[in-house]
Amino acid sequence: MEYFAQQVLNGLTIGSVYGLIAVGYTMVYGIVGMINFAHGEIYMIGAFVGVIVLTVLGSLGITFVPLLIAVALIASIVITSVYGYTLEKVAYRPLRGSTRLAALISAIGMSIFLQNFVLLVQGARVKSVPQLITERHVLYDGGPGAMVTVTNSQLLIMGVAAVVMLAFGFLVAKTPLGRSQRACAQDKVMAAYLGVQVDRTIATTFVLGAALAAVAGVLVSLYYGVVDFFVGFVAGIKAFTAAVLGGIGSIKGAFLGGIILGLVEALWSSYLSFAYKDVAAFSLLILILLVRPTGLIGRPETEKV
Amino acid sequence: MTEIRNQQGGLPWRDAFFGSIRAFILSVAIVGMRTTSDETGVLWIDYKPWDVVTIVATVFVVRLLLPSARGAHSLLVGLAALVSVFAIIGYARHFGEIQFATFLVAGLVLSVAGFASVAAANERMRTLLTPASQPVTAGALARRASRNRGLVLLGLAAAVLFPFLPFADRYWLDLAILILTYLVLGWGLNIVVGLAGLLDLGFVAFYAVGAYAYALLAIHLDVSFWLALPLAALLAAFAGFLLGFPVLRLRGDYFAIVTLGFGEIIRIVLLNWSEMSGGPDGLTGVPRPSFFGIAGFERNPSEGETAFHQLFGLEFSTMHRIVFLYFIVLALAVLASYVAKTLRRMPIGRAWEALREDEIACQAVGISRASIKLWAFMISAAFGGMAGAFFATRQGYVSPESFTFIESAIVLAIVVLGGMGSQLGVFLATLLIIGLPEAFREVEQYRMLVFGAAMVLVMIWKPGGLLAGREPSVRYAQVKNRMRKKLSVLEETP
Repeated sequence: MEYFAQQVLNGLTIGSVYGLIAVGYTMVYGIVGMINFAHGEIYMIGAFVGVIVLTVLGSLGITFVPLLIAVALIASIVITSVYGYTLEKVAYRPLRGSTRLAALISAIGMSIFLQNFVLLVQGARVKSVPQLITERHVLYDGGPGAMVTVTNSQLLIMGVAAVVMLAFGFLVAKTPLGRSQRACAQDKVMAAYLGVQVDRTIATTFVLGAALAAVAGVLVSLYYGVVDFFVGFVAGIKAFTAAVLGGIGSIKGAFLGGIILGLVEALWSSYLSFAYKDVAAFSLLILILLVRPTGLIGRPETEKV
Repeated sequence: MTEIRNQQGGLPWRDAFFGSIRAFILSVAIVGMRTTSDETGVLWIDYKPWDVVTIVATVFVVRLLLPSARGAHSLLVGLAALVSVFAIIGYARHFGEIQFATFLVAGLVLSVAGFASVAAANERMRTLLTPASQPVTAGALARRASRNRGLVLLGLAAAVLFPFLPFADRYWLDLAILILTYLVLGWGLNIVVGLAGLLDLGFVAFYAVGAYAYALLAIHLDVSFWLALPLAALLAAFAGFLLGFPVLRLRGDYFAIVTLGFGEIIRIVLLNWSEMSGGPDGLTGVPRPSFFGIAGFERNPSEGETAFHQLFGLEFSTMHRIVFLYFIVLALAVLASYVAKTLRRMPIGRAWEALREDEIACQAVGISRASIKLWAFMISAAFGGMAGAFFATRQGYVSPESFTFIESAIVLAIVVLGGMGSQLGVFLATLLIIGLPEAFREVEQYRMLVFGAAMVLVMIWKPGGLLAGREPSVRYAQVKNRMRKKLSVLEETP
């Protein structure tokens, strides 16, 4: 029972991260109708910037942990947002109105490019940073081997994810930006005639998605302490799975999907088989799509002629 | 669709300025601060200010030149950029890694932009000059068909003669075999992606199934290559059936991501099921094909067997095996091409194309979506399986690392760049994607970087691929012309 509770906690942590990345997919899909395949790479770059900033600050002799984390987060968000903006401007904007396949291929190309770009400039080696947050709290102590603990970094991840999600829900529901986003999602031409700046709205969507991915990246590099140029691929696919699971286009769904995926993965790898945990994620995706193709809380999509 | 974009007044200097500011932010940490570590794993930073300066300056220049590359001087800029790309490759060793990659990509961007606008201008000119309502007569179609047939025969003859040409040494034959393998894969995937319009991101799964099927059959059951080849194809088709049966109801993007997941599942299983697949080490000692079961290609055949060179009274040469492999894969390629071409003319091929163009209309006229999609999926998987079996016998070993997502992406890129549905296009794209990087060994390290950039650039330049073969085989000429008129009216409205 204690073991189960521990695994649930771990699953919630990693699930929050998937949720954060999945929001980027789901927003972009909702508004432009394309899979932003390079989003995982954006996450990877966010994690890398976090590691770089932490190393730089460390070499300057700064050891105050909250300051370190704050600076790493801000730097990563700023830089990664520019990546998101540039990605949209270079690879997707010229293809708007073209076929879906063309946009997806361009996205795959961008993903390969970014991966190899980081490989070139940062090398292939796995980068590890020292664990900054090591404190852990014992929630329940049932003797040796039956403890439930939560680390501060887990609390940080879940807390930040929850705050960010609430903020995003508000943003989409209540602000002018959110209104423009929903308008563009429904009908770009009509939105443009009504004075919505379509290009700017889409660019902002990419920037927001990238910023969330950066947050996820920095948090994960704090949690696991390792990053390399290839982490974006698997994280990206899993986050996409989470987005589809929850119902693509819905922010709440993305978060929910992330949590479920995180839980399934944690329980699967602890009770069944660690080696096949990615198989669990993909099988879950296939299963959900068969039983409920619109995801858990997605709107059913009617086919139009 | 009408294009909506705010008119950003083109001030090149302003664009270049903001572009370089963005480039600075993009590169300041990722490029300028390289994390390095020794064996203990402790990180420190190598500062690389000059790499950042290079990138910022290059972006500035590219942004400054881009308007002229798209405007009046497009040919000039394109040619100049192309020449400088070759110059950069030629002097590769005088540059640092980052400088080289930056200049290479910048040169590519400018040359593609330049040539793209030249091509676009030509296209516009041609549409202006040809009357819109020119009917496509049956005679013209027949003439085109016979000309194509002549070209195909010529190409085939050249391919058959290729190994006997004086310059065709080991290197060229290996390259040709590699290109032909991807051609089989490309033409196989073309059935699903190009004809049926289903985006399959996990094609490598069937390639893997074929390769492992042959390796296992040959190692454990001693099945010969010629028997294993159809078996591998069948098994791959069965894998296609297993995957296709449940997921074919899904719409485009979902379908794409599920196939990707399936590809990864297969790879992970191969990686972990060590008793069956040998795990990460794979299977070694996969037998080489024999000469139709009559003779092997060994120098000293075992007791009671004749080798190929003894059979034909030739001097022993390792080239015999290579040439034989070349002919096997050539035959596979011809088969793939022929089957795809024939199916396209049959009712099922028509149904694929109809499905690609409009799924709802297809349902309305009573085409069973799931079953014809399933056929497309299985046939294409069978070709993937055959290519896999060939790959296994050529390599002599199989391991999971040959079957990563990037392989799927490469084959998909071949099909899409080639124009989705056009066989000639797929051939040209294979030459471009597989052949070109092999020819420039200096850029080996930057191969995937350039590959990714090229995918984006070609999609922006020609979203329909290099040769658009998407045009359905059957279409009333009048309908076509009416549509074209309608489209041109649409395009003119602001």
